Amino acid sequence: MNQILSTYGPLMLSAMGQTLLLALCGLFFGCLLGVVFGLASVVDNKVSRTISVIYVNLIRGVPMIVLAFFVFYGVPYGLRTILGVKYTLTALQAGTICLALNCGAYMSEIIRAGIQSIDPGQMEAARSLGLSYWRSMFRVVLPQAIKNMIPSIVNQFIITLKDTSILSVIGFPELVNKAQNVIAITFKSFETWAIVAVMYLIVILALQQVANALERRLSRDRKQK
Amino acid sequence: MLWKGDSVVTANKNNIKIHIENLTKSFGHNKVLQGISTDIYEGEVVCVIGPSGSGKSTFLRCINRLETATSGEIVVDGYRISDKKINLNKVRENIGMVFQHFNLFANMNVLRNLMLAPVDLKKATKEEAKETALRLLETVGLSDKADSFPSQLSGGQKQRVAIARALAMSPDIMLFDEPTSALDPEMVGEVLAVMKQLAKDGMTMVVVTHEMGFAREVADRVLFMDEGVILEEGTPEQIFSSPKHPRTIDFLDKVL
Repeated sequence: MNQILSTYGPLMLSAMGQTLLLALCGLFFGCLLGVVFGLASVVDNKVSRTISVIYVNLIRGVPMIVLAFFVFYGVPYGLRTILGVKYTLTALQAGTICLALNCGAYMSEIIRAGIQSIDPGQMEAARSLGLSYWRSMFRVVLPQAIKNMIPSIVNQFIITLKDTSILSVIGFPELVNKAQNVIAITFKSFETWAIVAVMYLIVILALQQVANALERRLSRDRKQK
Repeated sequence: MLWKGDSVVTANKNNIKIHIENLTKSFGHNKVLQGISTDIYEGEVVCVIGPSGSGKSTFLRCINRLETATSGEIVVDGYRISDKKINLNKVRENIGMVFQHFNLFANMNVLRNLMLAPVDLKKATKEEAKETALRLLETVGLSDKADSFPSQLSGGQKQRVAIARALAMSPDIMLFDEPTSALDPEMVGEVLAVMKQLAKDGMTMVVVTHEMGFAREVADRVLFMDEGVILEEGTPEQIFSSPKHPRTIDFLDKVL
């Protein structure tokens, strides 16, 4: 164990850095997608609601590992053979796309459910005063909805962070991918996987602490204001 | 005088505020409103009574298009509400609404509930809106609750705040959708008192209510609705003392 840590510790730490980088990219675009499709699924417009439902069902119905293979190998191959376009994605780009699409679909469901959990009377009251739909949404409905959403959003962040490990299959040099390299050299799979597990655990526990502090703060603000 | 309108104590028959013609509304195959026509004049207080499911609330909600009418014409202050092209938000600024379940904004304190719309819609600066809000809270007897959150108020207090919130936009017309139905009996009085004062000050009011005492005392005109039509209308005296339609007689027998 000591030998692995002293020899490969820095390598694994930098691999954790790559994991976090990928997770951040995925979460950033995932949140954007989630907000867009989440709002699209509550507005009074059949077309946007349908598009949102299709997106969510499509992504939820396909395992992410399949999505990863499809985006990284399938799409460039298709572009080359069908359209004759030469285009390849880096593992980071493909990984970000997969994570963002995946995270976005679940986030959009969290946002939809959060908005729909707010009494429709809140929107009606705001509209009756002359506020537009979007103003009512941003000033009245969303501030209340977000508070309810936070535990689910934190949960989704953790899932997305862990899902980065799936992208080891397309060769992105994140923690799992690097750990496999270490084992290939040292044959010490028990120690290596134990170290990897603890590393994930530490990061996720830290994230959880930040989230708890944020949640406490939000509920305190509510009472004081 | 805190609200708009210069003490027009009786209805001004020269000025039609709300014109409704052949209004119908269906939810799927369920015809909730089956042709309603009436005119409501400036300063008039109209109470709408009738059994549950008669379409009273739907009728009221069509006036500011919280429900879109299936057919028919609604003109408020010269604006055709049924017209898809009108600026609905602009028209709604002039129509206050009070809901059965108050619908105070749960994420804001009382003061900000009252200030949100005037400030957001640039009807007033923050300072002006605050001044108006505090004055309105005083009128409804809740000056000390400006900093409270809706969850800290009783039902009666919530509804008085809701009335003040609607008045903060200085509307010409106020719609009340069963404003006392969700209240404990002992809190009904305080809300009705505020509404009475408002009526005295000349506000044009349409009130869907089960409070027959209020209707009898305050209304200029009472509409009795059943199964999506106005079965009978008249002064409170006519409706309550000598109702003509058998359905009205039957209903009043049950509730009085």
